[in-house]
Amino acid sequence: MHTTYKLIRLIIISAIVLNIANKSWAQTDQDAIMMSKNNFCSGLMYGHSSWNNYWEGTFKRDNQNLGTVSTSMISVMGNYGINRRLNIIFGLPWVQTKATAGTLHGMKGIQDLSMWVKWMPIEKNFKKGIISLYVLGGASLPTSNYVADFLPLSIGLHSKTISGRIILDYQLGSFFATGSATYNYRSNVTIDRTSYYTTTLILSNEVQMPDVMNENFRIGYRSSYLIAEAVVSNMTTLTGFDIRKNDMPFLSNKMEATTAGVNFKYTLKKISGLAITGGANYTVAGRNVGQATNLNIGAFYVMDFSPKKKDKK
Amino acid sequence: MKKIITFITITIITSAIIFIACNKNISGRTDNLPALNPQNIDLNAGSWKTILLSRPDTFAVAAPAAVTSTAYIAELNEIKGYQKNLTDAQQQSINYWSAGAVLRWNEILRDLVAKYNLPPYQNADGTYPIPSSANPFAYPLFPFANPPYAARAYAYISAAQYDALVACWYYKKLYNRSQPYTVDAGVVAKVPQTTLASYPSEAAVLAGVTAEMMKLFFPDEIGNLQLKLQDHELSAIMSGAATRSDVVAGEALGRQVAQQFIARGRADGAGAAVGNQTVWTALETTTIARGETPWYSLETPKRPPMLPLFGKVIPFLFDTATVSALRPGPPPSTSGDQMKTETNEVYNYIKNPSRENTRIVHFWADGVGTYTPPGHWNAIAAEDFIKKNFSEVRWARDLALLNMSLMDAGIVCWNTKYFYFNARPTQLNPAIKTLTGIPNFPAYISGHSTFSGAAATILGYIIPERANDYNAMAQEASMSRLVGGIHYKSDCNVGLTVGANVGNYAINRAKVDGAN
Repeated sequence: MHTTYKLIRLIIISAIVLNIANKSWAQTDQDAIMMSKNNFCSGLMYGHSSWNNYWEGTFKRDNQNLGTVSTSMISVMGNYGINRRLNIIFGLPWVQTKATAGTLHGMKGIQDLSMWVKWMPIEKNFKKGIISLYVLGGASLPTSNYVADFLPLSIGLHSKTISGRIILDYQLGSFFATGSATYNYRSNVTIDRTSYYTTTLILSNEVQMPDVMNENFRIGYRSSYLIAEAVVSNMTTLTGFDIRKNDMPFLSNKMEATTAGVNFKYTLKKISGLAITGGANYTVAGRNVGQATNLNIGAFYVMDFSPKKKDKK
Repeated sequence: MKKIITFITITIITSAIIFIACNKNISGRTDNLPALNPQNIDLNAGSWKTILLSRPDTFAVAAPAAVTSTAYIAELNEIKGYQKNLTDAQQQSINYWSAGAVLRWNEILRDLVAKYNLPPYQNADGTYPIPSSANPFAYPLFPFANPPYAARAYAYISAAQYDALVACWYYKKLYNRSQPYTVDAGVVAKVPQTTLASYPSEAAVLAGVTAEMMKLFFPDEIGNLQLKLQDHELSAIMSGAATRSDVVAGEALGRQVAQQFIARGRADGAGAAVGNQTVWTALETTTIARGETPWYSLETPKRPPMLPLFGKVIPFLFDTATVSALRPGPPPSTSGDQMKTETNEVYNYIKNPSRENTRIVHFWADGVGTYTPPGHWNAIAAEDFIKKNFSEVRWARDLALLNMSLMDAGIVCWNTKYFYFNARPTQLNPAIKTLTGIPNFPAYISGHSTFSGAAATILGYIIPERANDYNAMAQEASMSRLVGGIHYKSDCNVGLTVGANVGNYAINRAKVDGAN
């Protein structure tokens, strides 16, 4: 078991780019994999998300004044193993949005820096496999004064977040199943206007942001060189209001999205430490979000900073 | 096992701390205002010049019963009954309305404008349904409270409130009935005491006139507004400021005054402002005949132009001949060099917009789902009026001057837009992507600029020490349309001037209305 974790030095990343939903780029914070002590994995990921249809409340529609709304993202990510039970993860994306029809200007910029502390307190043999539990605490912070109040073309929601997550993983031979649940606290957001309408007119430039729950379930194959998994995810804001018919979306809408997709990660045998990741998912159900198709590809490299291996370089 | 318990404990405690530490409730800027305590009660406002009423006593209000009558004593007992067991909700209602009733009804109106400011969703065949006042509850809900519609609603409601309060003040002085708390020491004044007579109740006049006006402007909301009226009137009674008979007389007077404004509104031409296919086609063909590129809708499917005949609505501050006189000369020719230069200028602004320019664009955008630019100027005015401690009647007068300016600016602006039917920058150069939505009507002259020029002019008269600030705001609102890619510079500059010219009519009225 110990060797399994040592060998698996990787990051699986798949962007949940719901565009007008909560953006969570890095998924190392989602998986049941830890970096070994003194190992640092870092890499770049490119993500692309697009949709033609979206939901105004429960009403699904297209909009010929938007055409296809797409988001491209390049993200720098890293994961450092303090030890094999405690990892630190970060990610920082640059995001660009655009619409193929209509007149609205796309936006671009550096988005939110996210940091996670990932702890594996429990790892036990259970029946014929191994069961492990992970507890994560995370936070994210906007790194620029980007415009949040321009959905669906803003690059993010500009909320500061604090998140808590529990992941439970069961591995049986090369097969695994992982479930996780996350609570995201989101701070209020300040916008450029002095009033806005939700279900009532609010005379303030501060927007009360709903907190968000995420759950996902993944199942797949996990070996030294290849990981392949199928994932079902759900994101639900705990409060918020529906987009009215033909209104613009807003930061504090009630947003829900269920996505289904696949991810893989392949570690090259010839170049030690280099891994290629990829993923795709599709929004199968939603509310006040775009019905996004998300694709991503990334390359990650693991460096070992263990003192004893220093001479190896 | 011990480990698990430690974790769960840590997790729960951390979550609890986060949950408790982060109260996210937002309070609006006017949620917790102190009670209005006017510096000057404007005792003689009953003689101020009315807008539609020919006389302040056009509608008779019967003399009130004597404060020594058994009927009146029973009314005092009603107040005492409420005051004995005032609930928190009732106290909140008193606090809310006592901050200023003209203010609160203006806020309610802004809320309704934002609620109804949604363009109808298209039909399956690519045409658009038109909201109908005859069937207001069917989709698309009536009205579509777009900027001209909103400007007119603000003006009518403010003007009606003003006339109703002038009449109210007239009768207050005439009958001079004392306040309940003055008559009977057993009645507590839960609002600042005043020497202004209590009959008829100004709260009820305002509630009555506003609720009645909704029959014209927001028919879906009549029921909701009736509840607000009851809340307002009851708060006046519970606060010790008015008795039941003060309220009954006030509401009746308010509703009667509203009828005059409703009658005017039904005949001012706004009902026909949507036009029809013949009108829309004629706008295009006459523009082509002049050798200019006509405006076309940049929406898909193409939406008919917004209220093309709004420019023919009868203004408040001047006659329709003056509308034509105030209409500026033509915009640069769509085929000329100046237009090319101005289009390039717009393109250069949006090519790589600065964060500050985007902020300005969004600050002033006031687009779909907002209270519109006229509503924004109402918000600006209201927040300044709060600091001035105006009497209710002066609040109404100043908002009426502002809103008549905004409506008439809208009329002149729309008249100009459809006289020239000029293309938007994005139409002449599709590479111009905008930082906010492009409104569905011609460019010349900028609505934001015209509204803002008018508002800044009259507000600068009302609060002279803020005149420079208002002009700077109007300038910024105007330029927001240029840097946002919505308008050429000519649209903005000429719009500001035309707006200021309209605002001057309001100043001329204000100089002689008796309120100075």
